[in-house]
Amino acid sequence: MAAVQDGPIELEPENEIKTETSNEVLGNPGDASGGVPPTAPVAAVATEKPAAAAADSTERQTLLAVLQFLKKSKLFESEEILRREAGLLNEIGDSQGSGVGGAGLGGGGDAEPESGDASSLLSRVAGAAATASANATPAPAKVTPVVTGGEDQPDVNVVLAAYSQQGDPVLYPVYYSGLKRFIDSVLDCHRAELSQVFYPLFVHMYLELVYNQYEKEAKAFFEKFHGDQECYYKDDLRILSGLTKKEHMKGNETLLDFRTSKFVLRISRDSYQLLKRHLQERQNNQIWNIIQEHLYIDIFDGMPRSKGQIDSMSGSLAGEAKREANKAKVFYGLLKEPEIEVPLDDEDEEAENEEGKPKKKKPKKDSTGSKSKKQDPNAPQQSRIPLPELKDSDKLDKIMNMKEATKRVRLGPESLPSICFYTFLNAYQGLTAVDFTDDSSLVAGGFADSTVRVWSVTPKKLRGVKTAGDLSLIDKDSDDVLERIMDEKTASESKNLYGHSGPVYGISFSPDRNYLLSCSEDATVRLWSLQTFTCLVGYKGHNYPVWDTQFSPYGYYFISGGHDRVARLWATDHYQPLRIFSGHLADITCTRFHPNSNYVATGSADRTIRLWDILTGNCVRIFTGHKGPIHSLAFSPNGKFLASGATDGRVLLWDIGHGLMIGELKGHTDTVYALKFSRDGEILASGSMDNTVRLWDALKAFDDIETDDFTAATGHITLPENSQELLLGSYMTKSTPVIHLHFTRRNLLLGAGAYNP
Amino acid sequence: MADREERKFAEVPRDSVKLMAESVGVELSDDIAAMLAEDVCYRLREAAQNSSQFMRHAKRRRLTVEDFNRALRWSNVEAVCGYGSQDALPFRPLKEGELYFVEDREINLVELALATNIPKGCAETMVRVQVSYLDGKGNVEPQGAVPTAVQSLTDDLLKYYQQVTRAILGEDQQLMKVALQDLQTNSKIAALLPYFVHVVSGVKSVSHDLEQLSRLLHMVKSLVQNPFLYLGSYIKSLVSSVMYCILEPLAASINPLNDHWTLRDYAALLLSHIFWAHGDLVGGLYHQILLSLQKVLSDPVRPLCSHYGAVVGLHALGWKAVERVLFPHLSAYWSNLQAVLDDDSVSNAQVKADGHKVYGAILVAVEKLLKMKAQSRSVPAEGSVAVRERSFPGLSPPQEPVSEPGFGIASHLLQGAAGVPAEEPVPVPLPVMYRELYAFFGDSLAVRFSTGPGIEPRASRAAPHQPPDSKKEGMGPDTTRKMPQLTASMTISPRQDSSPKNEPSLPAVQNSSAAPSRFQRSSSSSLQRSKPPPSKAAQRSAGPPREVFQKSRFPLPPATAPFSFLIAGRQTGRRCQGRRFQTSFPQLHPPNPSAQPPRGYAHKLPVIGRMGKPIKRWVCSQYSLHLPL
Repeated sequence: MAAVQDGPIELEPENEIKTETSNEVLGNPGDASGGVPPTAPVAAVATEKPAAAAADSTERQTLLAVLQFLKKSKLFESEEILRREAGLLNEIGDSQGSGVGGAGLGGGGDAEPESGDASSLLSRVAGAAATASANATPAPAKVTPVVTGGEDQPDVNVVLAAYSQQGDPVLYPVYYSGLKRFIDSVLDCHRAELSQVFYPLFVHMYLELVYNQYEKEAKAFFEKFHGDQECYYKDDLRILSGLTKKEHMKGNETLLDFRTSKFVLRISRDSYQLLKRHLQERQNNQIWNIIQEHLYIDIFDGMPRSKGQIDSMSGSLAGEAKREANKAKVFYGLLKEPEIEVPLDDEDEEAENEEGKPKKKKPKKDSTGSKSKKQDPNAPQQSRIPLPELKDSDKLDKIMNMKEATKRVRLGPESLPSICFYTFLNAYQGLTAVDFTDDSSLVAGGFADSTVRVWSVTPKKLRGVKTAGDLSLIDKDSDDVLERIMDEKTASESKNLYGHSGPVYGISFSPDRNYLLSCSEDATVRLWSLQTFTCLVGYKGHNYPVWDTQFSPYGYYFISGGHDRVARLWATDHYQPLRIFSGHLADITCTRFHPNSNYVATGSADRTIRLWDILTGNCVRIFTGHKGPIHSLAFSPNGKFLASGATDGRVLLWDIGHGLMIGELKGHTDTVYALKFSRDGEILASGSMDNTVRLWDALKAFDDIETDDFTAATGHITLPENSQELLLGSYMTKSTPVIHLHFTRRNLLLGAGAYNP
Repeated sequence: MADREERKFAEVPRDSVKLMAESVGVELSDDIAAMLAEDVCYRLREAAQNSSQFMRHAKRRRLTVEDFNRALRWSNVEAVCGYGSQDALPFRPLKEGELYFVEDREINLVELALATNIPKGCAETMVRVQVSYLDGKGNVEPQGAVPTAVQSLTDDLLKYYQQVTRAILGEDQQLMKVALQDLQTNSKIAALLPYFVHVVSGVKSVSHDLEQLSRLLHMVKSLVQNPFLYLGSYIKSLVSSVMYCILEPLAASINPLNDHWTLRDYAALLLSHIFWAHGDLVGGLYHQILLSLQKVLSDPVRPLCSHYGAVVGLHALGWKAVERVLFPHLSAYWSNLQAVLDDDSVSNAQVKADGHKVYGAILVAVEKLLKMKAQSRSVPAEGSVAVRERSFPGLSPPQEPVSEPGFGIASHLLQGAAGVPAEEPVPVPLPVMYRELYAFFGDSLAVRFSTGPGIEPRASRAAPHQPPDSKKEGMGPDTTRKMPQLTASMTISPRQDSSPKNEPSLPAVQNSSAAPSRFQRSSSSSLQRSKPPPSKAAQRSAGPPREVFQKSRFPLPPATAPFSFLIAGRQTGRRCQGRRFQTSFPQLHPPNPSAQPPRGYAHKLPVIGRMGKPIKRWVCSQYSLHLPL
């Protein structure tokens, strides 16, 4: 079981090590990224000296290349720093004369200095490769990162040049069908596993043909074999089929993904041996080369997997996750709640506590939490991530929450929740995002016309704070000062927030209801005050539309992710991100915080979900199995499980601790845009574009798995076909796509969407 | 070719690229054009691909121009302006040359900028909540329905709504007119639209009250005519209300004194109006309407008034609808109708009266059909290509070989043996159609056509120059001019028709039956199958067939003569609303029995329609079934 990388892996070419040199992704907010112009689409990737002793020469070459790059990009400061750190002062002087450094850049560097597009793609590529290998040694946040861009990444041309190998184009179909015949003839148990090879092989062979400008042959090849591929690759195949010219390859992102990330296959040792023997006997070098260069074959000992097992895990852009990618320990337990005595007469308490308006919060150690009570063994240390100190108002809210919780409806298959639906009427502008506050008192909508609107759904109207002049007149010692600062004249049922210059794609309330986040197509994230109903900060960092953003359950931090394929972790009082999570191969479509605020999950259009450790910035889980872009995520309240919904209408359930898929909920017929667990985690509600809300028995779904003695080590799961048993109910809305779901503290289910006549 | 189909995406042909290049004054070689075309395809697909993610994140199903432009902008390409319109841009072919283009109408910006009637009252976006499901089971409201309160209203609007509905449904005629007028022109009532639609949908609850029904229909008319209202999906609701009035056996129609026929006519008119003005709002609306009309028509259980509604509905939707639905159903329907018309028992009197209504309606519809067909044939003769293309595509080919002589004898045989039912998709050529229809209506049909020329100088000679005649190229223009006048001539026609002068139509019949059979033998019809003797006879000679035909319809002519006649006055009832049919009897009766010998019974039936015409026009021109096309 343990033998992961042996024989076949040795065959990998040398440069594989280079791309996988441990790159810590860790943006440091304090360290302004020197000379990098803010618009330059350079992913801030921090290099660190490889922990393992990589070959000295390689390292040196890399460094040289980096310096060269910095010089070229006129990043003199960074260059200076790096040079000092590396003690390479002299050598640089030498290599300056010799022009382009040896490593990786092989002449491509100067070839097209003008292409802005190429460099932007490059930076993505850099990001993509950076996290390819999960780093075992978490770096302390103190390490001063050196901001570079695209180091050790050859130019696009070089990437593509790997295809330039010449082979007789006429033989491609022969090779392919030869392999096909062979795989068809092997034993059934191996056939399913070996069939996985078809898709990546097909793609790479096609691209090779296109690259070498055998257009006709490429077309014929595509026509002949594209029908054999699994149906869930059809979207990618469609893109591929449009690509018939070498010139097009340069700008195509999908293609670059294929190139830069090795397609990962899991194959049992026996099956692999069969394949290897066949190819060697036949002297089928063409295919063997592709397998070696472009595929990553994760070999395991034991029974070959069945077709069903393979299908459930495959479907992502770059194959399955490597097994070691999901080996890291994840502290999925919940943080201990600070103990608050529930006062019997909180009215008095309220008056006393609420002095002074809550100001900007600062992260401090949680001093209120006493460590006497039982600690969840799976929970992270209380102070692993510094969390904001609880304010008095927060405590009050917690008390309210507890009181409400005592009245909570206990849900189960027998007692389903009532559903209230908030319909947005006359939303001609196009409703794109909805969020409720935790206490369900406010609802906010993001619209395609760039506005954000906030409604009060209680009789209490929304009021702004008085102007500065009026505020100075207020008696600050009075008991009802918080009432007095409000301007009654501004009271209204709803408030509009103007500021974005593009559709608002994601919004999120802060847990204390003082702030609202919104992210938009204009590449910014904005923080709004719900006291004054004005914009406080515009966070600029993303270079492309931001698809989703969310506040941490403890406030202060928030996460955003967008078209630039990176997710960023921010703190409300920093104008630059604290962490940059890069590794996804396509847009990040949704982002969610783990309930303990130590992790974030991101769903992507590359059909994978990644879980990131906020402390280290590492990717600790990669979940594959969706067959379409992922548009919704939800953590179970106990932090152990994750649910995800995609455009294929399926909802998948994941065990975070083991890194396994544990369930598949089929029933929706369109994109699942909303997922939410009930407060106690008994029920999972899913809302979709198909105008339905479905309720699923989450307890049962998790129980069934836990009683199974699945082997976490192999990760080979057989999903029970029990969607119908788990489906507790399916509820139609009134021609309204469901785009948000929320359980109130008493477990009433709220849905929201825009009426779409 | 095969691979193009396989790939299922748009390809830009080389010629288009060349054309584009030419339009900016660049000459391209074939090679370059081919390469450019391929690149354009690729870029197009790429942009489409990128734009789809904007759609997904906006949580929509429909890709908008906006999405596409966003994708272009983010890939550093200039956005394409000018396609943001909500309406679909018509894609038109140009007759000369294989050219297709998007119509790009010019907009007067000054007019637009200075327009005073800027639509207001766009409702505020808002959130409404309702408990949808209690404890996950109790379904409070029917699933999938429309939210009840689509929007909340300002006090002003609410007041307006109350006043207007009260005025329209109230007693005061004058007030009603004012309210309807305002409803038709007010630009600020968009927010009220769902409420009004809701009110209109109340037709089902007042099916006993003709007055209220017609008022609701007036309301529909006003709403439909208001240029500031975007009816959107409400059109369905409106249409279903109107259809209700047309088709349902209303409670009011139980009492024969109630003139529900007028209501149906009016509703049908309204339906056609809605369809012509807003048919594009809901895809397939036309077909839905046709389908439901057809369903009613082919359902023998339905009362005759429903059938009447279906016929006038079809008629109102235009002659194409008549040709598509009514004409093929006619033979099947005829037997039912005939059974009703033949039953002379007293108990059947009322039903029979209704039957005659239906008969009249069918006749009018069919007449229009023939006229339009004739017109569509004669127009090409005039050489106006454009018109023909637009309104009568596909009709011209079968009519072209008119002058061809041919299977004169063979056709005769063929017709007798015609056992194969003609399927309708293929448009039936005019002569055949005329012949078939003649089989049903006999001279009544011919007479209707004869009236047109009747008022022209050569009144009595007119018959020979009838539609069948117009096949001959020389007559083409003449006929076209005449046809529209037929309607106008109706006023005087009764005089003519009461006289036994209609004999001259006989030759026309002969002509019509002989000429078509010469070249169109293949399109033997279901009609001929059902009634071979008359048609055969009609073809051979004029006299006998008519006799046979009439006998089969009226076995006891003398006895029923007054009756059938009386009922035929379908419009009389309308004119003196609520009056009994019999009251009109004396008015019409005297001239007729005296003038008509028993064998002329066939002529009475035309009276049904013809008598009605003048009166109808006189009462209220907009009730006319004849829509100016």
